[in-house]
Amino acid sequence: MKELRLMKGNEAVAEAAIRAGADGYFGYPITPQSEVLEYLMAERPYETTGMVVLQAESEVAAINMIYGGAACGKKVITSSSSPGISLKMEGISYMAGAELPAVIVNVVRGGPGLGTIQPSQSDYFQATKGGGHGDYRLIVLAPASVQEMYDFVKLGFDLAFKYRNPVMILSDGVIGQMMEKVEIDEQIPRRTREQIIKECPWATTGKTANRERNIITSLDLDSSKQEKHVLKLGEKYDKMRAEEVRFEKINCDDAEYIFVAFGSSARICQKAIDLGRAKGLKIGLLRPITLFPFPEKPIAELATKVKGILTVEMNLGQMVEDVRLAVNGKVKVEHYGRTGGIIPSPESVLCALEQKIIGG
Amino acid sequence: MTREEIIKPENLVFSKTKLFTDKPLSYCPGCGHGTTHRLVLETIEEMGIQSNTIGIAPVGCSVLAYEFMDIDMQQAAHGRAPALATAVKRLNPDQFVFTYQGDGDLAAIGTAETIHACNRGENITIIFINNGIYGMTGGQMAPTTLPGMKASTCPFGRDVEIMGNPLKITELLAQLPGTYYVTRQSVHTPGAVRKCKKAIRKAFENQKLNKGVSFVEVVSNCNSGWKMKPVDSNKWMEENMFPFYPMGDIKVPQEEK
Repeated sequence: MKELRLMKGNEAVAEAAIRAGADGYFGYPITPQSEVLEYLMAERPYETTGMVVLQAESEVAAINMIYGGAACGKKVITSSSSPGISLKMEGISYMAGAELPAVIVNVVRGGPGLGTIQPSQSDYFQATKGGGHGDYRLIVLAPASVQEMYDFVKLGFDLAFKYRNPVMILSDGVIGQMMEKVEIDEQIPRRTREQIIKECPWATTGKTANRERNIITSLDLDSSKQEKHVLKLGEKYDKMRAEEVRFEKINCDDAEYIFVAFGSSARICQKAIDLGRAKGLKIGLLRPITLFPFPEKPIAELATKVKGILTVEMNLGQMVEDVRLAVNGKVKVEHYGRTGGIIPSPESVLCALEQKIIGG
Repeated sequence: MTREEIIKPENLVFSKTKLFTDKPLSYCPGCGHGTTHRLVLETIEEMGIQSNTIGIAPVGCSVLAYEFMDIDMQQAAHGRAPALATAVKRLNPDQFVFTYQGDGDLAAIGTAETIHACNRGENITIIFINNGIYGMTGGQMAPTTLPGMKASTCPFGRDVEIMGNPLKITELLAQLPGTYYVTRQSVHTPGAVRKCKKAIRKAFENQKLNKGVSFVEVVSNCNSGWKMKPVDSNKWMEENMFPFYPMGDIKVPQEEK
């Protein structure tokens, strides 16, 4: 039987990084995610697995440390919260351009600006549509439990190296701060230099006589070559769309109305479903686990079977745009959300469904 | 001598360093970048560390440094090379790691990364080209532009009352406990080239000691940006840059004193 621990979501990220055989964590304190760095500094994995842990001078420096480490084929991870993720966006764009694998955790707080330290989901656009400059996509994983905070670190590394692309875990202050039981995996050993050279023949590991030099760059001044490069990135994103869509359906089989919600909002919707079903309302939930690639097809299929869809997000309505694109006008789609760090109650979610969809 | 005699191997007196690629240098004729590149590559070749050296290129004129150096290299975002180098060295302590940066990269946009990497005492080598101007973007004012010196964004000369003072970042870095060796050199005469080569060699050798940052500033001309002939620009550099940025070691390891 697996080891069980009671942990905060942020601590689960830190423990998962160690257990996944990460080579390095580079980060900067910001509420509500500082426990990631605190946990690692207390655990001192540099004395056990050899994992490097460093508090950088800024989020900008931290993401560029991640760039340098990833460019060597190392498994590297950083975490931050919304204002800090904005600072990392330059580096994330460069990493997407240079095709570097890494895991970036965003424990979202309310914005814009310094906003609040309370939970929010208002970085959906930033995570899924770009955020940094240029034509690029991140694989975006949205955990809805502390267990998923833990599991998505290893999954994130696997996907990042499979596609040579940064992966973002888009969490929020609820998931980061709350405590739940977590199943802990066996320690995966860090890869040896030989394994890295074999698995990442592109990495800057030192130019040996048997190969050409390896260059990690996002620059090509020759437009025809740069276009070719961007088209290749585009093919990669299409492959993600075809192969990496992840979602969960709850109570959808007989549902007449559907919530679409991710992360902690999905947890609140589950309670709202219980309240609604007690009143005889047939409600289900589709929870996107990958926000990019977005589960367009399953949402489009549900749209042919239900009377209406309500997206529930802790923002002014961001994912609702992707849901409407998927539904393509087949049924009514509305959004309900709270912002500024306010967490909607299950009662208010059910009430919104009744007013905006059922009665609307 | 006939052409055939000249190209005989036994008559060869000077050649391209092996670690230069065949790519033609993109630098303006007369500029110090090419010479400094060569000194770095000669050092790597002579130390026999091609297979365990990782270089970090900046943004600026030397953004394409990786095109010319036959070693594994990473190209950093503007000013962030010391952050990349920090992680590369910590994750690969057996590799020789260096950054190659200009004044805008190292002393303006990347000031925080430079100071903190130096203050933490990262065991890396930093090569810093200071020509007092933004060469690649067409000759704008740099953090190191001299008072009164003209640039496209200070066309009447740098007025420190309006534009602020030039930054002597090398002297500043020498104050930090994490720097081990800090020196200022040039490559405008054969003698200066020899001295600079020694400094670069020392800065690389120091990585074996694990004692912190070795920092080599190379004060260089930018004949295009300064709008001068190469020879005139070197003379101007001696007369104007050197009094403000004096040549020589600024911080040497205690045991060598």
